[in-house]
Amino acid sequence: MQLLHSSAFLVFLAILAAVSVLGFLGARWKRGDLDQLDEWGLGGRQFGTLITWFLVGGDFYTAYTIIAVPALVFGTGAMGFFALPYTIIVYPFVFLAMPRLWSVARKHGYITPADFVHGRYGSRTLATLVAITGITATMPYIALQLAGMGAVLSQLGLTGNSWVQQDLPLVIAFFVLALYTYSSGLRAPAIIAIVKDILIYVVVIAAIVIIPAKAGGYSHIFSAADAVWRRQGTASLILLPKDYTAYASLALGSALAAFMYPHTVTTMLASSSGQVIRRNAVLLPAYTFLLGLIALSGVVAVAAGIHPATSSGVVPELMTRFFSPWFTGVAFAAIALAAMVPAAIMSIGAANLFTRSIYRAWFRPHATAQQESRVAKNVSFGVKFGALLFVFTSSHDFVINLQLLGGIWILQTFPAITFGLWKRIFHHQALIAGWAVGMVTGTSMAAALRLHSSVYAINIGGTSVRLYAGIWALMANIVVVWLTSVLLDRTGIPRNRDETVIADYRDECDGSGTSSSNGAALYERVET
Amino acid sequence: MKLAQHNKTRWVWLLVLPYAGLLLPFLYARRTPEIFGVPFFYWYQFVWVFLTAALTGVVYWRTR
Repeated sequence: MQLLHSSAFLVFLAILAAVSVLGFLGARWKRGDLDQLDEWGLGGRQFGTLITWFLVGGDFYTAYTIIAVPALVFGTGAMGFFALPYTIIVYPFVFLAMPRLWSVARKHGYITPADFVHGRYGSRTLATLVAITGITATMPYIALQLAGMGAVLSQLGLTGNSWVQQDLPLVIAFFVLALYTYSSGLRAPAIIAIVKDILIYVVVIAAIVIIPAKAGGYSHIFSAADAVWRRQGTASLILLPKDYTAYASLALGSALAAFMYPHTVTTMLASSSGQVIRRNAVLLPAYTFLLGLIALSGVVAVAAGIHPATSSGVVPELMTRFFSPWFTGVAFAAIALAAMVPAAIMSIGAANLFTRSIYRAWFRPHATAQQESRVAKNVSFGVKFGALLFVFTSSHDFVINLQLLGGIWILQTFPAITFGLWKRIFHHQALIAGWAVGMVTGTSMAAALRLHSSVYAINIGGTSVRLYAGIWALMANIVVVWLTSVLLDRTGIPRNRDETVIADYRDECDGSGTSSSNGAALYERVET
Repeated sequence: MKLAQHNKTRWVWLLVLPYAGLLLPFLYARRTPEIFGVPFFYWYQFVWVFLTAALTGVVYWRTR
Protein backbone atom coordinates (compact mmCIF):
# COMPACT_ATOMS: atom_id res chain seq x y z
CA MET A 1 0.00 0.00 0.00
CA GLN A 2 1.61 3.21 -1.18
CA LEU A 3 0.12 6.31 0.41
CA LEU A 4 0.04 9.33 -1.83
CA HIS A 5 1.56 11.55 0.77
CA SER A 6 1.25 11.24 4.49
CA SER A 7 0.35 14.91 5.03
CA ALA A 8 -2.51 14.70 2.52
CA PHE A 9 -3.77 11.58 4.24
CA LEU A 10 -3.50 13.02 7.75
CA VAL A 11 -5.34 16.23 6.84
CA PHE A 12 -8.03 14.13 5.16
CA LEU A 13 -8.41 11.89 8.19
CA ALA A 14 -8.45 14.78 10.68
CA ILE A 15 -11.24 16.61 8.84
CA LEU A 16 -13.35 13.47 8.56
CA ALA A 17 -12.90 12.61 12.23
CA ALA A 18 -13.82 16.14 13.36
CA VAL A 19 -16.91 16.09 11.19
CA SER A 20 -18.05 12.73 12.59
CA VAL A 21 -18.01 14.21 16.08
CA LEU A 22 -20.15 17.07 14.78
CA GLY A 23 -22.56 14.53 13.32
CA PHE A 24 -23.16 12.90 16.70
CA LEU A 25 -23.43 16.27 18.47
CA GLY A 26 -26.06 17.22 15.85
CA ALA A 27 -28.68 15.34 17.89
CA ARG A 28 -28.51 18.09 20.51
CA TRP A 29 -28.69 20.97 18.04
CA LYS A 30 -32.03 22.84 18.01
CA ARG A 31 -33.17 20.02 20.25
CA GLY A 32 -36.38 18.20 19.49
CA ASP A 33 -38.03 14.87 20.24
CA LEU A 34 -36.27 12.56 17.79
CA ASP A 35 -39.01 9.98 18.22
CA GLN A 36 -41.21 12.15 16.01
CA LEU A 37 -40.73 11.57 12.29
CA ASP A 38 -40.69 15.25 11.37
CA GLU A 39 -38.08 15.90 14.06
CA TRP A 40 -35.81 13.04 12.96
CA GLY A 41 -36.55 13.19 9.24
CA LEU A 42 -37.07 16.93 8.70
CA GLY A 43 -35.06 18.43 11.56
CA GLY A 44 -38.27 19.84 13.04
CA ARG A 45 -39.06 22.00 9.98
CA GLN A 46 -37.19 24.90 11.51
CA PHE A 47 -34.15 25.65 9.33
CA GLY A 48 -33.84 29.32 8.43
CA THR A 49 -32.46 30.92 5.28
CA LEU A 50 -28.76 30.38 5.99
CA ILE A 51 -28.97 26.77 7.24
CA THR A 52 -31.24 25.87 4.34
CA TRP A 53 -28.78 27.45 1.94
CA PHE A 54 -25.98 25.28 3.32
CA LEU A 55 -28.20 22.22 3.50
CA VAL A 56 -29.49 22.40 -0.08
CA GLY A 57 -26.03 23.33 -1.33
CA GLY A 58 -24.61 20.35 0.52
CA ASP A 59 -27.30 18.04 -0.73
CA PHE A 60 -27.78 19.05 -4.35
CA TYR A 61 -24.15 19.52 -5.41
CA THR A 62 -22.91 16.03 -4.61
CA ALA A 63 -19.57 14.26 -4.83
CA TYR A 64 -20.88 12.49 -7.87
CA THR A 65 -21.54 15.90 -9.45
CA ILE A 66 -18.07 17.14 -8.60
CA ILE A 67 -16.50 14.01 -10.10
CA ALA A 68 -18.90 13.29 -12.97
CA VAL A 69 -19.56 16.72 -14.46
CA PRO A 70 -15.90 17.49 -15.22
CA ALA A 71 -15.49 13.88 -16.37
CA LEU A 72 -18.37 14.39 -18.82
CA VAL A 73 -16.87 17.67 -20.08
CA PHE A 74 -13.51 15.91 -20.33
CA GLY A 75 -15.05 13.24 -22.53
CA THR A 76 -17.66 15.15 -24.55
CA GLY A 77 -16.67 18.82 -24.41
CA ALA A 78 -19.46 21.41 -24.63
CA MET A 79 -22.19 18.78 -24.42
CA GLY A 80 -21.20 17.97 -20.84
CA PHE A 81 -21.75 21.60 -19.89
CA PHE A 82 -25.55 21.13 -19.84
CA ALA A 83 -25.18 20.81 -16.06
CA LEU A 84 -24.83 24.60 -15.89
CA PRO A 85 -28.12 25.61 -17.60
CA TYR A 86 -29.76 22.73 -15.68
CA THR A 87 -28.72 24.07 -12.30
CA ILE A 88 -29.74 27.60 -13.31
CA ILE A 89 -33.26 26.98 -14.60
CA VAL A 90 -34.06 24.70 -11.69
CA TYR A 91 -34.38 27.71 -9.35
CA PRO A 92 -37.26 29.62 -10.94
CA PHE A 93 -39.15 26.32 -10.69
CA VAL A 94 -38.16 25.93 -7.04
CA PHE A 95 -39.26 29.51 -6.39
CA LEU A 96 -42.73 28.89 -7.80
CA ALA A 97 -43.50 25.31 -6.79
CA MET A 98 -41.67 24.47 -3.58
CA PRO A 99 -43.22 27.08 -1.25
CA ARG A 100 -46.62 25.59 -2.17
CA LEU A 101 -45.43 22.07 -1.38
CA TRP A 102 -43.90 23.31 1.88
CA SER A 103 -47.10 25.05 2.85
CA VAL A 104 -49.48 22.14 2.21
CA ALA A 105 -47.00 19.71 3.79
CA ARG A 106 -46.77 21.80 6.93
CA LYS A 107 -50.53 22.04 7.28
CA HIS A 108 -51.14 18.32 6.85
CA GLY A 109 -47.96 16.90 8.36
CA TYR A 110 -46.64 15.53 5.07
CA ILE A 111 -43.03 14.35 5.17
CA THR A 112 -42.59 13.28 1.53
CA PRO A 113 -43.95 14.13 -1.93
CA ALA A 114 -45.82 10.80 -1.86
CA ASP A 115 -47.61 11.90 1.32
CA PHE A 116 -48.81 14.98 -0.53
CA VAL A 117 -49.98 12.95 -3.53
CA HIS A 118 -51.90 10.68 -1.16
CA GLY A 119 -53.66 13.59 0.49
CA ARG A 120 -54.36 15.48 -2.69
CA TYR A 121 -55.66 12.63 -4.82
CA GLY A 122 -56.85 10.26 -2.09
CA SER A 123 -55.13 7.38 -3.86
CA ARG A 124 -52.93 5.07 -1.86
CA THR A 125 -51.83 3.26 -5.02
CA LEU A 126 -50.65 6.46 -6.73
CA ALA A 127 -48.80 7.54 -3.59
CA THR A 128 -47.10 4.15 -3.31
CA LEU A 129 -46.01 4.26 -6.95
CA VAL A 130 -44.51 7.71 -6.37
CA ALA A 131 -42.76 6.39 -3.25
CA ILE A 132 -41.38 3.27 -4.93
CA THR A 133 -40.14 5.34 -7.88
CA GLY A 134 -38.43 7.69 -5.44
CA ILE A 135 -36.74 4.90 -3.50
CA THR A 136 -35.65 3.07 -6.67
CA ALA A 137 -34.20 6.22 -8.21
CA THR A 138 -32.38 7.10 -5.00
CA MET A 139 -30.61 3.78 -4.42
CA PRO A 140 -28.16 4.01 -7.35
CA TYR A 141 -27.69 7.70 -6.52
CA ILE A 142 -26.44 6.77 -3.04
CA ALA A 143 -24.26 4.09 -4.60
CA LEU A 144 -22.71 6.70 -6.87
CA GLN A 145 -21.84 8.87 -3.88
CA LEU A 146 -19.95 5.88 -2.53
CA ALA A 147 -18.22 5.45 -5.85
CA GLY A 148 -17.26 9.15 -5.82
CA MET A 149 -15.75 8.72 -2.39
CA GLY A 150 -14.01 5.57 -3.59
CA ALA A 151 -12.37 7.57 -6.39
CA VAL A 152 -10.88 9.94 -3.82
CA LEU A 153 -9.76 7.14 -1.51
CA SER A 154 -7.98 5.32 -4.29
CA GLN A 155 -6.22 8.53 -5.34
CA LEU A 156 -5.09 8.94 -1.74
CA GLY A 157 -3.30 5.67 -2.14
CA LEU A 158 -5.81 3.54 -0.32
CA THR A 159 -5.74 0.84 -2.93
CA GLY A 160 -4.34 -2.59 -2.91
CA ASN A 161 -5.13 -6.12 -3.76
CA SER A 162 -6.72 -7.22 -0.54
CA TRP A 163 -10.22 -6.40 0.57
CA VAL A 164 -8.93 -4.67 3.69
CA GLN A 165 -6.94 -2.16 1.65
CA GLN A 166 -9.53 -1.57 -1.02
CA ASP A 167 -12.90 -1.54 0.62
CA LEU A 168 -12.45 -1.29 4.35
CA PRO A 169 -11.92 2.54 4.47
CA LEU A 170 -15.17 3.04 2.57
CA VAL A 171 -17.03 0.61 4.83
CA ILE A 172 -15.76 2.38 7.96
CA ALA A 173 -16.68 5.84 6.63
CA PHE A 174 -20.19 4.74 5.79
CA PHE A 175 -20.68 2.84 9.02
CA VAL A 176 -19.89 5.98 11.02
CA LEU A 177 -22.15 7.99 8.72
CA ALA A 178 -24.97 5.49 9.16
CA LEU A 179 -24.57 5.62 12.95
CA TYR A 180 -24.86 9.36 13.30
CA THR A 181 -27.66 9.61 10.77
CA TYR A 182 -29.48 6.99 12.84
CA SER A 183 -29.06 8.93 16.05
CA SER A 184 -29.31 12.55 14.83
CA GLY A 185 -31.50 12.35 11.72
CA LEU A 186 -31.45 15.33 9.35
CA ARG A 187 -29.66 17.49 11.93
CA ALA A 188 -26.42 15.56 11.29
CA PRO A 189 -26.11 16.23 7.53
CA ALA A 190 -27.38 19.80 8.09
CA ILE A 191 -24.51 20.58 10.44
CA ILE A 192 -21.92 18.74 8.32
CA ALA A 193 -23.19 20.48 5.17
CA ILE A 194 -21.91 23.78 6.60
CA VAL A 195 -18.38 22.38 6.86
CA LYS A 196 -18.60 20.70 3.47
CA ASP A 197 -19.85 23.79 1.63
CA ILE A 198 -17.20 26.07 3.12
CA LEU A 199 -14.46 23.56 2.23
CA ILE A 200 -15.78 23.22 -1.31
CA TYR A 201 -15.83 27.00 -1.74
CA VAL A 202 -12.25 27.27 -0.48
CA VAL A 203 -11.06 24.45 -2.72
CA VAL A 204 -12.77 25.68 -5.88
CA ILE A 205 -11.71 29.28 -5.39
CA ALA A 206 -8.15 28.10 -4.81
CA ALA A 207 -8.45 25.93 -7.88
CA ILE A 208 -9.48 28.80 -10.14
CA VAL A 209 -6.62 30.91 -8.85
CA ILE A 210 -3.88 28.25 -8.85
CA ILE A 211 -4.70 25.93 -11.72
CA PRO A 212 -5.19 28.34 -14.65
CA ALA A 213 -2.04 30.18 -13.64
CA LYS A 214 -0.03 26.95 -13.60
CA ALA A 215 -1.72 25.63 -16.73
CA GLY A 216 -1.00 28.76 -18.75
CA GLY A 217 -4.13 30.94 -18.44
CA TYR A 218 -7.65 30.43 -19.71
CA SER A 219 -6.87 31.63 -23.22
CA HIS A 220 -4.24 28.92 -23.55
CA ILE A 221 -6.43 26.31 -21.82
CA PHE A 222 -9.34 26.75 -24.21
CA SER A 223 -7.24 26.74 -27.37
CA ALA A 224 -5.18 23.76 -26.18
CA ALA A 225 -8.36 21.80 -25.32
CA ASP A 226 -9.86 22.79 -28.67
CA ALA A 227 -6.80 21.46 -30.48
CA VAL A 228 -6.90 18.15 -28.58
CA TRP A 229 -10.63 17.69 -29.20
CA ARG A 230 -10.30 18.54 -32.90
CA ARG A 231 -7.55 15.96 -33.25
CA GLN A 232 -9.55 13.27 -31.43
CA GLY A 233 -12.81 14.19 -33.15
CA THR A 234 -14.87 12.83 -30.24
CA ALA A 235 -15.72 16.12 -28.56
CA SER A 236 -16.03 19.79 -29.39
CA LEU A 237 -15.32 23.04 -27.58
CA ILE A 238 -18.50 24.68 -28.84
CA LEU A 239 -21.85 22.88 -28.96
CA LEU A 240 -22.59 21.45 -32.43
CA PRO A 241 -25.93 22.19 -34.15
CA LYS A 242 -26.88 18.50 -34.09
CA ASP A 243 -26.69 18.57 -30.29
CA TYR A 244 -28.85 21.66 -29.67
CA THR A 245 -32.07 19.81 -28.88
CA ALA A 246 -30.28 17.14 -26.87
CA TYR A 247 -28.48 19.79 -24.79
CA ALA A 248 -31.63 21.80 -24.08
CA SER A 249 -33.78 18.77 -23.28
CA LEU A 250 -31.16 17.31 -20.95
CA ALA A 251 -31.01 20.63 -19.10
CA LEU A 252 -34.79 20.94 -18.88
CA GLY A 253 -35.44 17.30 -18.00
CA SER A 254 -32.79 17.29 -15.28
CA ALA A 255 -34.15 20.55 -13.85
CA LEU A 256 -37.71 19.25 -13.69
CA ALA A 257 -36.54 15.97 -12.16
CA ALA A 258 -34.21 17.51 -9.57
CA PHE A 259 -36.80 18.47 -6.99
CA MET A 260 -38.83 15.29 -7.40
CA TYR A 261 -36.08 13.27 -5.68
CA PRO A 262 -36.80 12.45 -2.05
CA HIS A 263 -33.58 14.01 -0.78
CA THR A 264 -34.09 17.41 -2.38
CA VAL A 265 -37.74 17.54 -1.27
CA THR A 266 -36.57 16.66 2.25
CA THR A 267 -34.37 19.76 2.36
CA MET A 268 -37.24 21.92 1.11
CA LEU A 269 -39.73 20.64 3.68
CA ALA A 270 -37.15 21.08 6.45
CA SER A 271 -37.13 24.86 6.04
CA SER A 272 -39.05 27.09 8.41
CA SER A 273 -41.21 28.96 5.88
CA GLY A 274 -42.11 29.43 2.24
CA GLN A 275 -40.16 32.68 2.28
CA VAL A 276 -37.02 30.79 3.32
CA ILE A 277 -37.41 28.67 0.18
CA ARG A 278 -37.97 31.72 -2.05
CA ARG A 279 -34.93 33.50 -0.62
CA ASN A 280 -32.91 30.37 -1.26
CA ALA A 281 -34.05 30.22 -4.87
CA VAL A 282 -32.41 33.63 -5.17
CA LEU A 283 -29.25 32.70 -3.26
CA LEU A 284 -28.58 29.11 -4.33
CA PRO A 285 -27.26 30.00 -7.82
CA ALA A 286 -24.04 30.89 -5.95
CA TYR A 287 -23.39 27.13 -5.91
CA THR A 288 -24.25 26.91 -9.59
CA PHE A 289 -21.50 29.38 -10.32
CA LEU A 290 -19.17 27.09 -8.42
CA LEU A 291 -20.44 24.08 -10.34
CA GLY A 292 -19.70 25.89 -13.60
CA LEU A 293 -16.12 26.41 -12.49
CA ILE A 294 -15.89 22.76 -11.49
CA ALA A 295 -17.24 21.78 -14.92
CA LEU A 296 -14.53 23.92 -16.55
CA SER A 297 -11.91 21.81 -14.80
CA GLY A 298 -12.81 19.16 -17.38
CA VAL A 299 -11.51 21.54 -20.06
CA VAL A 300 -8.43 22.26 -17.94
CA ALA A 301 -7.74 18.54 -17.61
CA VAL A 302 -7.83 18.10 -21.39
CA ALA A 303 -5.48 21.04 -21.88
CA ALA A 304 -3.13 19.79 -19.17
CA GLY A 305 -2.95 16.41 -20.89
CA ILE A 306 -4.24 14.37 -17.98
CA HIS A 307 -4.82 10.71 -18.77
CA PRO A 308 -6.82 9.18 -15.94
CA ALA A 309 -7.34 5.41 -15.85
CA THR A 310 -11.09 5.92 -15.51
CA SER A 311 -13.14 9.03 -16.21
CA SER A 312 -13.87 9.45 -12.49
CA GLY A 313 -10.17 10.05 -11.93
CA VAL A 314 -10.15 13.38 -13.82
CA VAL A 315 -10.74 15.68 -10.84
CA PRO A 316 -8.68 13.79 -8.24
CA GLU A 317 -5.73 13.60 -10.65
CA LEU A 318 -6.02 17.27 -11.52
CA MET A 319 -5.93 18.12 -7.82
CA THR A 320 -2.93 15.95 -7.00
CA ARG A 321 -1.10 17.46 -9.97
CA PHE A 322 -1.69 21.11 -9.09
CA PHE A 323 -2.24 21.28 -5.31
CA SER A 324 0.30 20.92 -2.54
CA PRO A 325 -0.09 17.65 -0.59
CA TRP A 326 -1.80 19.05 2.50
CA PHE A 327 -4.24 21.04 0.39
CA THR A 328 -4.97 17.94 -1.66
CA GLY A 329 -6.00 16.41 1.66
CA VAL A 330 -8.40 19.31 2.25
CA ALA A 331 -9.81 18.99 -1.27
CA PHE A 332 -10.30 15.25 -0.97
CA ALA A 333 -11.97 15.65 2.42
CA ALA A 334 -14.34 18.17 0.80
CA ILE A 335 -15.24 15.62 -1.87
CA ALA A 336 -15.70 12.87 0.71
CA LEU A 337 -18.04 15.12 2.70
CA ALA A 338 -19.83 15.95 -0.55
CA ALA A 339 -20.54 12.22 -0.74
CA MET A 340 -21.57 11.77 2.88
CA VAL A 341 -23.99 14.70 3.23
CA PRO A 342 -26.20 13.75 0.25
CA ALA A 343 -25.93 10.03 1.06
CA ALA A 344 -27.27 10.75 4.54
CA ILE A 345 -30.12 12.94 3.26
CA MET A 346 -30.95 10.47 0.48
CA SER A 347 -31.21 7.63 2.95
CA ILE A 348 -33.40 9.78 5.21
CA GLY A 349 -35.65 10.73 2.27
CA ALA A 350 -35.93 7.12 1.14
CA ALA A 351 -36.61 6.00 4.71
CA ASN A 352 -39.37 8.60 5.10
CA LEU A 353 -40.97 7.40 1.84
CA PHE A 354 -40.85 3.79 2.94
CA THR A 355 -42.22 4.54 6.38
CA ARG A 356 -45.16 6.64 5.28
CA SER A 357 -46.16 5.18 1.92
CA ILE A 358 -45.36 1.51 2.42
CA TYR A 359 -45.13 0.66 6.14
CA ARG A 360 -47.92 2.91 7.36
CA ALA A 361 -50.07 2.92 4.23
CA TRP A 362 -50.19 -0.86 3.75
CA PHE A 363 -49.19 -2.55 7.00
CA ARG A 364 -49.69 -0.32 10.05
CA PRO A 365 -52.33 2.33 9.35
CA HIS A 366 -52.36 3.28 13.03
CA ALA A 367 -48.62 3.38 13.60
CA THR A 368 -47.56 5.66 16.43
CA ALA A 369 -44.97 8.41 15.97
CA GLN A 370 -42.42 6.28 17.82
CA GLN A 371 -43.03 3.28 15.58
CA GLU A 372 -42.72 5.47 12.49
CA SER A 373 -39.44 7.04 13.53
CA ARG A 374 -38.04 3.66 14.60
CA VAL A 375 -38.85 2.15 11.20
CA ALA A 376 -37.41 5.17 9.40
CA LYS A 377 -34.16 5.00 11.40
CA ASN A 378 -33.72 1.32 10.63
CA VAL A 379 -34.54 1.78 6.96
CA SER A 380 -32.04 4.64 6.65
CA PHE A 381 -29.43 2.28 8.05
CA GLY A 382 -30.45 -0.54 5.73
CA VAL A 383 -30.57 1.66 2.64
CA LYS A 384 -26.96 2.77 3.12
CA PHE A 385 -25.73 -0.77 3.49
CA GLY A 386 -27.79 -1.84 0.54
CA ALA A 387 -26.01 0.81 -1.50
CA LEU A 388 -22.64 -0.32 -0.16
CA LEU A 389 -23.35 -3.91 -1.14
CA PHE A 390 -24.55 -2.67 -4.49
CA VAL A 391 -21.24 -0.87 -5.14
CA PHE A 392 -19.18 -3.89 -4.16
CA THR A 393 -21.15 -6.42 -6.16
CA SER A 394 -21.82 -4.58 -9.40
CA SER A 395 -19.65 -2.85 -11.95
CA HIS A 396 -19.26 0.91 -11.90
CA ASP A 397 -20.87 1.16 -15.33
CA PHE A 398 -23.93 -0.72 -14.12
CA VAL A 399 -24.38 1.73 -11.23
CA ILE A 400 -24.03 4.70 -13.59
CA ASN A 401 -26.55 3.17 -15.98
CA LEU A 402 -29.03 2.65 -13.17
CA GLN A 403 -28.58 6.23 -12.05
CA LEU A 404 -29.29 7.35 -15.62
CA LEU A 405 -32.46 5.23 -15.59
CA GLY A 406 -33.31 6.62 -12.15
CA GLY A 407 -33.33 10.13 -13.58
CA ILE A 408 -35.77 9.09 -16.29
CA TRP A 409 -37.95 7.30 -13.74
CA ILE A 410 -38.11 10.09 -11.18
CA LEU A 411 -39.18 12.49 -13.94
CA GLN A 412 -42.29 10.35 -14.44
CA THR A 413 -43.51 11.37 -10.99
CA PHE A 414 -43.49 15.02 -12.07
CA PRO A 415 -47.14 15.15 -13.26
CA ALA A 416 -48.48 13.53 -10.07
CA ILE A 417 -46.46 15.77 -7.75
CA THR A 418 -46.30 19.11 -9.54
CA PHE A 419 -49.63 19.70 -11.29
CA GLY A 420 -51.50 19.00 -8.09
CA LEU A 421 -49.71 21.88 -6.38
CA TRP A 422 -51.89 24.27 -8.36
CA LYS A 423 -55.03 22.46 -9.44
CA ARG A 424 -56.45 19.00 -9.24
CA ILE A 425 -56.97 18.93 -13.00
CA PHE A 426 -56.32 15.24 -13.41
CA HIS A 427 -58.01 12.06 -12.24
CA HIS A 428 -55.81 9.92 -9.99
CA GLN A 429 -56.25 6.86 -12.19
CA ALA A 430 -55.14 8.92 -15.20
CA LEU A 431 -51.97 9.86 -13.31
CA ILE A 432 -51.34 6.17 -12.63
CA ALA A 433 -51.80 5.36 -16.33
CA GLY A 434 -49.51 8.22 -17.39
CA TRP A 435 -46.85 7.13 -14.90
CA ALA A 436 -46.96 3.56 -16.27
CA VAL A 437 -46.70 4.72 -19.89
CA GLY A 438 -43.87 7.11 -19.01
CA MET A 439 -41.93 4.41 -17.16
CA VAL A 440 -42.27 1.91 -19.99
CA THR A 441 -41.45 4.49 -22.69
CA GLY A 442 -38.42 5.87 -20.86
CA THR A 443 -37.05 2.48 -19.87
CA SER A 444 -37.42 0.97 -23.33
CA MET A 445 -35.76 4.00 -24.95
CA ALA A 446 -32.84 3.74 -22.55
CA ALA A 447 -32.67 -0.01 -23.20
CA ALA A 448 -32.72 0.56 -26.95
CA LEU A 449 -29.72 2.86 -26.49
CA ARG A 450 -28.12 0.05 -24.46
CA LEU A 451 -27.79 2.63 -21.68
CA HIS A 452 -24.78 4.16 -23.42
CA SER A 453 -26.61 7.42 -23.88
CA SER A 454 -29.81 9.04 -22.72
CA VAL A 455 -30.51 10.93 -25.94
CA TYR A 456 -33.08 9.22 -28.13
CA ALA A 457 -33.82 10.16 -31.75
CA ILE A 458 -37.34 10.01 -33.20
CA ASN A 459 -38.02 10.64 -36.86
CA ILE A 460 -40.68 13.30 -37.21
CA GLY A 461 -41.65 14.26 -40.76
CA GLY A 462 -38.29 13.29 -42.20
CA THR A 463 -36.15 15.04 -39.60
CA SER A 464 -34.59 13.18 -36.75
CA VAL A 465 -35.37 14.88 -33.44
CA ARG A 466 -32.91 14.07 -30.66
CA LEU A 467 -34.20 14.58 -27.13
CA TYR A 468 -33.42 13.33 -23.64
CA ALA A 469 -35.34 10.04 -23.23
CA GLY A 470 -36.79 11.34 -19.94
CA ILE A 471 -38.41 14.21 -21.83
CA TRP A 472 -39.88 11.92 -24.51
CA ALA A 473 -41.27 9.73 -21.74
CA LEU A 474 -42.62 12.75 -19.84
CA MET A 475 -44.41 13.96 -22.97
CA ALA A 476 -46.00 10.53 -23.46
CA ASN A 477 -46.86 10.52 -19.76
CA ILE A 478 -48.61 13.91 -19.85
CA VAL A 479 -50.55 13.14 -23.05
CA VAL A 480 -51.84 9.89 -21.53
CA VAL A 481 -52.70 11.59 -18.24
CA TRP A 482 -54.68 14.26 -20.04
CA LEU A 483 -56.58 11.97 -22.42
CA THR A 484 -57.32 9.31 -19.79
CA SER A 485 -58.45 11.95 -17.34
CA VAL A 486 -60.98 13.39 -19.79
CA LEU A 487 -62.17 9.86 -20.58
CA LEU A 488 -62.54 8.84 -16.91
CA ASP A 489 -64.46 12.00 -16.03
CA ARG A 490 -66.74 11.55 -19.06
CA THR A 491 -67.54 7.98 -18.10
CA GLY A 492 -68.34 9.19 -14.60
CA ILE A 493 -65.76 7.19 -12.69
CA PRO A 494 -65.63 9.11 -9.41
CA ARG A 495 -62.59 10.86 -8.06
CA ASN A 496 -61.43 10.27 -4.52
CA ARG A 497 -61.58 12.77 -1.69
CA ASP A 498 -59.11 15.66 -1.68
CA GLU A 499 -58.14 16.42 1.93
CA THR A 500 -56.51 19.75 1.01
CA VAL A 501 -58.10 23.14 0.32
CA ILE A 502 -56.85 26.14 -1.68
CA ALA A 503 -55.67 28.01 1.39
CA ASP A 504 -53.35 25.14 2.36
CA TYR A 505 -51.09 25.96 -0.58
CA ARG A 506 -50.52 29.57 0.32
CA ASP A 507 -48.15 30.80 2.91
CA GLU A 508 -48.23 34.30 4.35
CA CYS A 509 -46.28 35.77 1.46
CA ASP A 510 -47.66 34.12 -1.66
CA GLY A 511 -47.72 36.45 -4.63
CA SER A 512 -51.29 35.47 -5.38
CA GLY A 513 -52.23 37.08 -2.09
CA THR A 514 -54.63 35.57 0.42
CA SER A 515 -54.93 38.58 2.66
CA SER A 516 -57.70 40.23 0.66
CA SER A 517 -59.79 37.12 0.14
CA ASN A 518 -62.58 36.41 2.55
CA GLY A 519 -62.78 33.24 4.59
CA ALA A 520 -65.41 31.56 2.46
CA ALA A 521 -63.38 31.91 -0.71
CA LEU A 522 -60.29 30.63 1.08
CA TYR A 523 -61.90 27.32 1.89
CA GLU A 524 -63.48 26.80 -1.48
CA ARG A 525 -62.56 23.39 -2.78
CA VAL A 526 -60.63 22.98 -6.02
CA GLU A 527 -62.78 20.71 -8.11
CA THR A 528 -62.20 20.76 -11.81
CA MET B 1 -57.27 45.15 -4.46
CA LYS B 2 -57.81 42.85 -7.42
CA LEU B 3 -55.72 45.15 -9.62
CA ALA B 4 -52.93 45.31 -7.07
CA GLN B 5 -52.78 41.51 -6.99
CA HIS B 6 -52.72 41.34 -10.74
CA ASN B 7 -49.85 43.78 -10.88
CA LYS B 8 -48.03 41.68 -8.31
CA THR B 9 -48.34 38.36 -10.11
CA ARG B 10 -47.33 39.93 -13.41
CA TRP B 11 -43.76 40.05 -12.12
CA VAL B 12 -43.67 36.26 -12.08
CA TRP B 13 -43.47 36.29 -15.88
CA LEU B 14 -39.88 37.51 -15.54
CA LEU B 15 -39.03 33.94 -14.56
CA VAL B 16 -39.65 32.80 -18.13
CA LEU B 17 -36.54 34.66 -19.28
CA PRO B 18 -33.89 32.19 -17.98
CA TYR B 19 -35.65 29.36 -19.80
CA ALA B 20 -35.74 31.36 -23.03
CA GLY B 21 -32.14 32.43 -22.65
CA LEU B 22 -30.75 28.98 -21.94
CA LEU B 23 -32.99 26.44 -23.65
CA LEU B 24 -32.31 27.83 -27.14
CA PRO B 25 -28.64 26.90 -27.61
CA PHE B 26 -28.53 28.29 -31.16
CA LEU B 27 -28.49 31.71 -29.48
CA TYR B 28 -25.15 31.11 -27.82
CA ALA B 29 -23.31 28.12 -29.34
CA ARG B 30 -20.58 30.38 -30.71
CA ARG B 31 -16.89 30.87 -30.06
CA THR B 32 -16.80 34.65 -30.31
CA PRO B 33 -16.82 37.22 -28.83
CA GLU B 34 -14.36 35.87 -26.29
CA ILE B 35 -13.67 37.47 -22.91
CA PHE B 36 -10.17 36.87 -21.52
CA GLY B 37 -9.90 33.94 -23.88
CA VAL B 38 -13.15 32.35 -22.63
CA PRO B 39 -15.44 31.48 -25.56
CA PHE B 40 -18.89 33.08 -25.76
CA PHE B 41 -20.60 29.69 -25.24
CA TYR B 42 -19.11 29.45 -21.75
CA TRP B 43 -19.24 32.99 -20.43
CA TYR B 44 -22.78 33.58 -21.75
CA GLN B 45 -24.07 30.73 -19.59
CA PHE B 46 -22.12 32.00 -16.60
CA VAL B 47 -23.75 35.42 -17.04
CA TRP B 48 -27.15 33.74 -16.78
CA VAL B 49 -26.27 32.46 -13.31
CA PHE B 50 -26.19 36.06 -12.10
CA LEU B 51 -29.08 37.23 -14.29
CA THR B 52 -31.34 34.46 -13.01
CA ALA B 53 -30.48 35.21 -9.41
CA ALA B 54 -31.20 38.90 -10.06
CA LEU B 55 -34.50 38.21 -11.83
CA THR B 56 -35.65 35.84 -9.09
CA GLY B 57 -34.61 38.48 -6.57
CA VAL B 58 -36.74 41.09 -8.31
CA VAL B 59 -39.74 38.75 -8.34
CA TYR B 60 -39.20 37.95 -4.65
CA TRP B 61 -39.03 41.62 -3.79
CA ARG B 62 -42.04 42.69 -5.88
CA THR B 63 -44.35 39.87 -4.79
CA ARG B 64 -43.43 40.01 -1.13
